[in-house]
Amino acid sequence: MHKSLLIDPQKCTSCLQCEMACSFEHEGAFNPAKSRIKVFEFEHGARAIPYTCTQCDEAWCMHACPVEAITLDAATGAKVVHEETCVGCKVCTIACPFGTVNYNADTGKVVKCDLCGGDPQCAEACPTGAITYVDASWTGYERMRSWAERLDAGA
Amino acid sequence: MHHVIIGAGPAGVIAAETLRRSDAGARVTLLGDESERPYSRMAIPYLLAEDIAEAGTHLRHGEGHYEGHGIEVRKGRARSVNPAGNTLTLADGDTLSYDRLLVASGSHTVRPPIEGADLGRIENCWTLADARRIMAGTPRGSKVVLMGAGFIGCIILEALVARGVDLTVVELADRMLARMMDDSGGDMIKRWCEGKGVKVLTSTRVTALGEADGGIRLHLDGGAPSITADLVVCATGVAPNVDFLEGSGVEIDDGVLVDDRLRTNVDGIYAAGDVAQGPSFPTGAREVHAIQPTASEHGRIAARNMAGHDTPYRGSLSMNVLNTLGLVSSSFGVWMGLEGGDRAVASDPARFKYLRLEFDEDRIVGALAIGLTQHVGVIRGLVQTQVPLGAWKDVLLKDPHRVMDAYLDCTQASAA
Ligand SMILES: Cc1cc2nc3c(=O)[nH]c(=O)nc-3n(C[C@H](O)[C@H](O)[C@H](O)COP(=O)(O)OP(=O)(O)OC[C@H]3O[C@@H](n4cnc5c(N)ncnc54)[C@H](O)[C@@H]3O)c2cc1C
Repeated sequence: MHKSLLIDPQKCTSCLQCEMACSFEHEGAFNPAKSRIKVFEFEHGARAIPYTCTQCDEAWCMHACPVEAITLDAATGAKVVHEETCVGCKVCTIACPFGTVNYNADTGKVVKCDLCGGDPQCAEACPTGAITYVDASWTGYERMRSWAERLDAGA
Repeated sequence: MHHVIIGAGPAGVIAAETLRRSDAGARVTLLGDESERPYSRMAIPYLLAEDIAEAGTHLRHGEGHYEGHGIEVRKGRARSVNPAGNTLTLADGDTLSYDRLLVASGSHTVRPPIEGADLGRIENCWTLADARRIMAGTPRGSKVVLMGAGFIGCIILEALVARGVDLTVVELADRMLARMMDDSGGDMIKRWCEGKGVKVLTSTRVTALGEADGGIRLHLDGGAPSITADLVVCATGVAPNVDFLEGSGVEIDDGVLVDDRLRTNVDGIYAAGDVAQGPSFPTGAREVHAIQPTASEHGRIAARNMAGHDTPYRGSLSMNVLNTLGLVSSSFGVWMGLEGGDRAVASDPARFKYLRLEFDEDRIVGALAIGLTQHVGVIRGLVQTQVPLGAWKDVLLKDPHRVMDAYLDCTQASAA
């Protein structure tokens, strides 16, 4: 059973530690704008939702990629972008119905969550337990799953 | 059970791989008439721009990928199909018998019916063979005219500029991207291109092409002076590859007509990808959506059904994303809107930003965006799930840029 990121918005205080940790891990700099997990605030900060890829089974991004630049990491279940193969066509950014693959104009490539190879830094950095890395069978993940089912192309 | 697939593009390759997984005991033959390893046409612009080598366009990179998966790749061209005998005749005279047949033959380019359209130094931009000729004929500084500024034309535009050519674009319609952008969006993109030094002639018809000292002369209508080019790239449209289906009884309209299982009207014959005209989302009308995501979904679902796993398809969604010299634009679904539906628009022409959402009651059915690169996929999610936005609709009518907030609140927060 793969583990996955479990997100509990109720516990999020929008401290942005996750965004800092993510950007540092992947870009080598504390730059929330470059983070692959994003905290969305509502009601002027009274409510916040950390949001990133659920590594869905459908893998819309992976199937839409024309050059096999997105592959499955069998160990973690993550769909991982290979920068050296990505041509920057952005088809995955519109194919992903969760909007969790983004184009980085600086590199001309796309970026998405790769679960940091099985040690997600966002969960590590979260001080309130709003982001945890747990067995995928846990509740909460079900919400994402049911949403994914509504999108199911059929296959 | 022998599955035969005609066409080794994205739809054919994905179907072959899916068949392999869904029907382990069956034989799978992938027939393709191009000499290269299966590749993606949509990677060609990056080859032209010299970002990648030819191998970078390949759909699968692993040495022995197809053999390893037990997929028999066969070079050859289908010439005719005989459903009564479950056979297929190839151009080399060979006959193949099949139990299930998938037509995934894509489309071919069509040039306008004008004088000189078949001269040398006029190239399509559709295959790797085309790309090689364009690369050989467009050294830095050469004069190139691109005929057609539709989606494919505009993708090539970016690649030609990257090659450092002196580029003029001629388009018959009154704007660039006539089928993917409205007036405001098309004008914005045109202005952006002109700002980057590309000459763009819209509402201009090429009436004839002729030779002109080593190059090509393009005669234009409306008394406009003719222009010359070292090379002309033609992106004026495509038509489905269906010649081999003549006499087979397979129904064809704009493409091969298929139902929600990707079946044609003839037993045992399916179609997928650019060649197929199947159910679309959200209207349900049967349409050709000649895009990579549709080829991939069609390939997968056709294969599931061919393997005997009854799998209905919700329908393809028309969607495109385009980078025009650094300006990213996208379009989704019924962006032109439905009769009687509401529309939300935010336009900032000076900063090249545009967002238009189209509603059916409180659901989004289509959208256009310019300058949006973050979380743009949620628009697909909203169109495809038809999530009712309730009170968020009024918020979006005032400020469409809050679409991500609306999405999150309607899909993620409620159950938290
Ligand atoms: C320059 C360019 C840029 C593009 N950019 C994008 C983009 O950014 N986004 C996007 O979504 N789409 C893009 N597309 C479109 C995308 O490439 C197509 O939608 C996709 O290739 C369709 O896949 P397919 O398998 O249906 O057809 P194809 O890729 O056309 O493959 C069909 C194959 O069948 C072969 N064939 C045809 N007839 C026969 C026969 N009788 N016997 C045997 N083989 C046969 C053909 O030669 C071909 O190899 C682009 C296309 C081009 C040309």
